[in-house]
Amino acid sequence: MTLLETEKLTRAYGGVVAVNKVDFDVEEGLITGLIGPNGAGKTTLFNNITGLDAPTHGRVLFEGKDITGAPAHKICRMGIARTFQNIRLFRELTVVENVMIGRHFKTGKSETKGRFLNAIGSYVHLRQEEEEIYERSCQWLEFFDMEGMKDELAKNLPYGKQRELEIARALATDPKLLFLDEPAAGMNPQETDHLMAIIRKIRDLDITVVLIEHDMKLVMSICDAITVLNYGMKLAQGTPLEIRRNQDVIEAYLGKEDA
Amino acid sequence: MAIAEFFQHLMNGLTLGGIYALIALGYTMVYGILKFINFAHGDVLMAGAFIGLFVFDWLRGSAPSGVWTIISFFLAMIVSMGLSALLGMFIERVAYKPLRNATRLAPLLSAIGVSFILSNGAAWAFGTRSRKFNYPFDNTPIHIGEVVITPHQILILVVSLIMMIGLKLFVDRTRMGKAMRATSLDQSTAMLMGVNVNKVISLTFAIGSALAAVGGILIALDFKVYASMGTMTGLKAFVAAVLGGIGNISGAMFGGILLGILETFGVAVFGIPTGLKDTIAFGVLIIILLIRPEGLFGKVEKEKV
Repeated sequence: MTLLETEKLTRAYGGVVAVNKVDFDVEEGLITGLIGPNGAGKTTLFNNITGLDAPTHGRVLFEGKDITGAPAHKICRMGIARTFQNIRLFRELTVVENVMIGRHFKTGKSETKGRFLNAIGSYVHLRQEEEEIYERSCQWLEFFDMEGMKDELAKNLPYGKQRELEIARALATDPKLLFLDEPAAGMNPQETDHLMAIIRKIRDLDITVVLIEHDMKLVMSICDAITVLNYGMKLAQGTPLEIRRNQDVIEAYLGKEDA
Repeated sequence: MAIAEFFQHLMNGLTLGGIYALIALGYTMVYGILKFINFAHGDVLMAGAFIGLFVFDWLRGSAPSGVWTIISFFLAMIVSMGLSALLGMFIERVAYKPLRNATRLAPLLSAIGVSFILSNGAAWAFGTRSRKFNYPFDNTPIHIGEVVITPHQILILVVSLIMMIGLKLFVDRTRMGKAMRATSLDQSTAMLMGVNVNKVISLTFAIGSALAAVGGILIALDFKVYASMGTMTGLKAFVAAVLGGIGNISGAMFGGILLGILETFGVAVFGIPTGLKDTIAFGVLIIILLIRPEGLFGKVEKEKV
């Protein structure tokens, strides 16, 4: 079943077309890789789906609903979460607080009531709700073997752990769909192996994963489906095997062979 | 200087500083989230004082002072906090929100415009004469040893302490508070984590304005209510916020109190003429900007890449 699809999604900045009429599909339950040379429009596509940016043309459908141009916080609450290429943790908050931010607006009550009743409401349920959020957040930290660091400031974590914390924070929003933007960037081979195991574990939680990645070993070994972008356009789509044999993809990465 | 004299000045400084701190919080919270100085904040304080005055006078009627007067005073304060919060949110919605993606100078200019509208609007509606805000209680000074404390000073200390502790608990412990901190650290990431940033911004203005209203009422008891009362106090509270490190809540509290103490001691101990009292705050501003522009509690912000 298709969980997310974009229809001719286009994002132009003045004359520069960063993403050009891209039809991108994500099948539920799979790990989908989004690859392409630098500047191909991968992150722009992520931004346009997650509400950080709005497409100039085209539509984004999530579970059949049109979410094109919806505000980021609403898209998050519908069940789409993401991480960033350059880590964007709340550096001055503790590890557990970072995860709690992800959980805060998933309690269900916040959407329904009036704006400022919320603030008062949050005072009333303060104790019990906070405890619940805290516990659930700790569970996510356990998932990443990080419960021992929960009171550390996020900025003091080692690099690899910061990447994992960002994923934990995204998972805390209870997403159906998780976007990972270059999760292995800057990781050593051992850390990358660990990350691959984590991504598989996430998929086993019935969370659909989409990842942008340059590490081909990682992409080829864990992705079930791959979409390739080049110059803002979709170049190819298929299984890892198909992609590896696709002549257009090989040319995009290695350059055209002169006859 | 005798020890009693020292405590006397300290007491006076603390009460003045407590008020500065309450008002400085509004500047610092808004700056923390939107990175701009809300120059209309001082005039929200004035509006809060007027609302407080009208509600108080209406509630207490002509009853002789007593318990009811004190109750009316606190009721007036609460009503004023609520209405000022709405005013602050309204200002944000009308004058700042449309400019959120404009250059940084635009909301600043808009804020100055709002400031003029409020103070001139008040002068037009209520006249330019200053109105007395009666003490809700007998303000006969109390002698503790050689130190003289007025009930009004005690009121200021208690109220500002409660407000500051309440705010600190709210920001540190509640989920909206956490959302606020997250928003001030990284607005777009907060959005992606499901935080409704517009709501957080509205709430920030609401809280800041409510605190300003309290500050306005507490000042008005000593210095009356008039249309331009927010200008100088607002500027000084702004200095306090910069002194503590703008954007930092504890910094604003500390900066406010420190500024109050500096002003009091500057006049009483270092012999700065009373007429030049206001120069102390702005002297402090110049010094802090030269020596430590990020403020006492502030951190040097790294440019985000």
